[in-house]
Amino acid sequence: MYPADYRYTKDHEWIKVQGDIGTIGITDYAQQELGDVVFVDAPKVGAKLAPGKSFGSVESVKAVSEIYSPVSGEVTETNPLLVDTPEKINTDPHSAAWLIKLKLADPKEVASLMDAAAYEAYIAEQTKEHSA
Amino acid sequence: MRYLPKSPSERQEMLAAIGTRSIEELFTSIPEKFRLRAPLDLPGPLSEAEIIQYFQKRAAENSRGYVSFLGAGVYQHLRSVAADALLQRGEFLTSYTPYQAEFAQGTLTAIFEFQTLMCQITGQEVANASMYDGSTALTEAVLMAERLTSRRHVLVARSVHPEYRQVLHTYAKNLGLEIEEIGYTASGQIDRAALKPDTLARAAAVVVQSPNFFGVLEEIPALAETAHASGALLVSAITEAVSLGIVRPPAEADIVAMEGQAFGIPPSYGGPYVGVIATREKFVRQMPGRLAGQTTDAAGNRGFVLTLATREQHIRREKATSNICTNEALYALAATIHLCLIGKEGLREQALQNLAKARFAQSELEKIPGVRRVFSGPTFNEFSLEFPRSVKMINAELLKEKIIGPFALGMQYPEHTKRAVICVTETTPRAEIERFAAAVRRILERPV
Amino acid sequence: MNPKLTDLEAPAKNVGKARAHVSQNEGLIFEQSAPGKRGMELPPLDVPAVDPAKALGSEFTRDAIEGFPEVSEIEVIRHFTRLSTWNYAIDLGMYPLGSCTMKYNPRVNEFVARLDGLASEHPEQPAEVSQGCLRILHDLQKCLLSITGMDAATLQPAAGAQGELTGLLMIRAYLESQGNPRHKVLIPDSAHGTNPASVVIAGYEVQNIKSNSRGQIDTDHLREFVTGDVAALMLTNPSTLGVFEERIAEIAAILHERGALLYMDGANMNALAGVTRPGDFGVDVMHLNLHKTFSTPHGGGGPGAGPVLAKKILEPFLPIPVVVQKPDGTYTLDHNRPKSVGRVRAFAGNFGVLLRALAYTLAYGPGIRQATEDAVLNANYIRKNLEPYFDLPYNLPSMHEVVFSDARQKVRGVNTMDIAKRLIDYGFHPYTTAFPLIVPGAMMIEPTESESKQECDLFIDAMRSIAAEADATPDLVKTAPHATRVGRLDEVAAARKPILRWKSA
Repeated sequence: MYPADYRYTKDHEWIKVQGDIGTIGITDYAQQELGDVVFVDAPKVGAKLAPGKSFGSVESVKAVSEIYSPVSGEVTETNPLLVDTPEKINTDPHSAAWLIKLKLADPKEVASLMDAAAYEAYIAEQTKEHSA
Repeated sequence: MRYLPKSPSERQEMLAAIGTRSIEELFTSIPEKFRLRAPLDLPGPLSEAEIIQYFQKRAAENSRGYVSFLGAGVYQHLRSVAADALLQRGEFLTSYTPYQAEFAQGTLTAIFEFQTLMCQITGQEVANASMYDGSTALTEAVLMAERLTSRRHVLVARSVHPEYRQVLHTYAKNLGLEIEEIGYTASGQIDRAALKPDTLARAAAVVVQSPNFFGVLEEIPALAETAHASGALLVSAITEAVSLGIVRPPAEADIVAMEGQAFGIPPSYGGPYVGVIATREKFVRQMPGRLAGQTTDAAGNRGFVLTLATREQHIRREKATSNICTNEALYALAATIHLCLIGKEGLREQALQNLAKARFAQSELEKIPGVRRVFSGPTFNEFSLEFPRSVKMINAELLKEKIIGPFALGMQYPEHTKRAVICVTETTPRAEIERFAAAVRRILERPV
Repeated sequence: MNPKLTDLEAPAKNVGKARAHVSQNEGLIFEQSAPGKRGMELPPLDVPAVDPAKALGSEFTRDAIEGFPEVSEIEVIRHFTRLSTWNYAIDLGMYPLGSCTMKYNPRVNEFVARLDGLASEHPEQPAEVSQGCLRILHDLQKCLLSITGMDAATLQPAAGAQGELTGLLMIRAYLESQGNPRHKVLIPDSAHGTNPASVVIAGYEVQNIKSNSRGQIDTDHLREFVTGDVAALMLTNPSTLGVFEERIAEIAAILHERGALLYMDGANMNALAGVTRPGDFGVDVMHLNLHKTFSTPHGGGGPGAGPVLAKKILEPFLPIPVVVQKPDGTYTLDHNRPKSVGRVRAFAGNFGVLLRALAYTLAYGPGIRQATEDAVLNANYIRKNLEPYFDLPYNLPSMHEVVFSDARQKVRGVNTMDIAKRLIDYGFHPYTTAFPLIVPGAMMIEPTESESKQECDLFIDAMRSIAAEADATPDLVKTAPHATRVGRLDEVAAARKPILRWKSA
């Protein structure tokens, strides 16, 4: 379910790194929690992001999720698909519905993020807490 | 008590069902020292007849039988009694915010119609379901402009209603907004020369009112161009909504903040009224307040729901576009019903009557020696005149003749002592206009 | 069109609150418009007509308003009457929305609000010819001060949220006068959304504090949280769980010791009026919702009024104008208040709403306590009867409202929204769903004192029946409502591609 070559955050973002470009999106767990996505508020190209800082949000009818950058860098692209069809986040959260691409300021930051196995354990914990 | 539908025996039955002996037992969670031992010191209880008597006495202590020439943000206009018959239907009066859409299609359909009417009238693309009033609508429009431009400087014309500017100041001072006031020219319109490119480049918005507090119409298209050239927005306030029956709507403005009281809502000593925010579709996610949107159910039936709620406080909390929750829904409905009754031709005719009566009054007053027009710009149903003596004195004398005189400008605009804004609407009979002019003439003829 | 109801889907016949009925269809008013129709005529013009293009210049005049309605009076009456029949209302039955206090809106209030001499008054007219209006405001102030046990009042705020902002501005001004406005305001996680939103507009930072396992303020945590940088705690009492903060005196003391203030959100005043006074238990400033506790009509979402009541220390900071009685006994609006926070809206307030609230208060007089007692009695009666069927997350004494959760029904896949929608088929407006946030799957029920035992019993029967349905035929509940003109509406489509106005083809 969760691609092995991605890294994950506690706020349910994923990042896929190719060279010094990172592609960021939200995870399947996040889209399930949100429900049907109706709108994505994306940053502008050129925006400078820092780890833990919010760079936009994903909205459903009854909820808003802030999206936090896992790393530092500069936004190089935003996904045009999400402007007219934000619902793609519900169907393809890990592939077609990526949110932004950015040029990593410090590729070493990625190493401290969770890998797929750690993330799956994390969300198993979360699920247990919620039903407690 | 007539509002309580329980007999003493039923109360006992219910207490027994709960398993308590007395109602006091249901209040033991309140620490004893805070529980009142004696009834509150309050007037009453009054029967319905006594309540009516109390308010009839109060009504007799106001201005019944007087004619008024006040505008200044609140306007006496014709209303149909048919509107009131509809507003008093319990299904409108006593229903709640339409969060459960399937059981509130009446309210939601009417809100959708209100939003449509406001767009049609203002020339904007989208309007919300109401704000508290024009003054808070204007403040929220400015806050919206700040969010849209990320700029904190705001240029506000001094000819915007003084109370509206005061409200903006109260809100702005804790939000880091800098308000700069811009003066006006001999025409009574905002001084465009004072809108310098380097100030505009830092400004979130230029804020004007049209017709403005002096009654003068502002040149909206030119102002919009000036603002936009430097990346600022144009916010246009409207206090006399009936003007839009014949005056060109501010379609070039980015955000319109309107007071809808003139659309069939009584003056009622200051409220409740209905504020309107109307803007371009691209700004809709930064717009505060409720919005009704069209949709369908699974069977394809058209219906309406509150939508884009993620802007609002109940979802966004501290990041909401505004803290507004309760709005002026019943009065938005009142305005909607009124506009449907008066209709396309009626609204135009009403506006034409206002213009005609105001021009008539102006010409009658200008015949009086020493009375002259202050501003050269075009006016609708309010205009500013200078008098040879104190307006305060004239108004005190007019009051003795059961005439409520025009708004004296001197208190709010120290440069305008002996000047006043006169408002005449379609409700002022010609005979009263003539009586007013004759009274002013007589008062001015008296020895000093 | 709506699918036909089978016997299985029809609301249980023995509930007696609702049965299907033919209702009228109606389009939008614009769809009935045609040139030449009018709903209202004006008296003829008695002065010379003026050509607007000549008088104003053609650059200031408009064309006809495109698409504006042209309909007759009868069509307007039919249109809106038909629309109204699609609504639920207090006049039809219980409206159990928690913390909304949907009580009876007395008709005499509507009558007096419309009296000539009251509805007609202009807010800028001289005080000499406004004594009736000013006395109404002053008399209401006195009543509200008496009920709340406070010292100073403003009737200006247009709604509870604006009252909250006003109160916060007064707190800021007071603390500034003491040398330091501070930066933070504490808000419990059970708070209504307007609370944090208002805090931000007042220029403060929100600091959330978690409720304890009893849904109350954890006073030990409070001691830690109230630093010298905290201006106030915003508290709703009773809480949004309908429970009185039993340690209120301690809470107030902790705040006051550290120079902070206690703000009370008065939305739940319907549990307190005549029984206790916030001014007595340590509140420094609070607002009231006149459209809740004081019976002014909700009107589909407003208008309201959110008067602010405060202790003496905050009086200098009241917004202008302040309604005062002069030594000669006459009334006036005092604008000369150098320490005022300023004006929060144009003119003196939602006078028409304030007037209705006074009419309500006069009807009860000191007997207002009976209304409070009946409200608490109704809530507890409903609670007792529903406890066997629904999960009660906080087993504490309820005051005027009770909060259940959908935990028991959730195991069958039925949630609070489903139950709420099914309640519509039984002829009731839903309770408040999904609030307060500290109760997942919340069902917040506030009957108010306006409900008879019969209406309460009908509500209990309906809820019991739905609980049974959730167990036996959950799909019936999950796809409710079935008896309304429209089924569940597609809110996702409405948010993705908003259509916010009618447009001609």
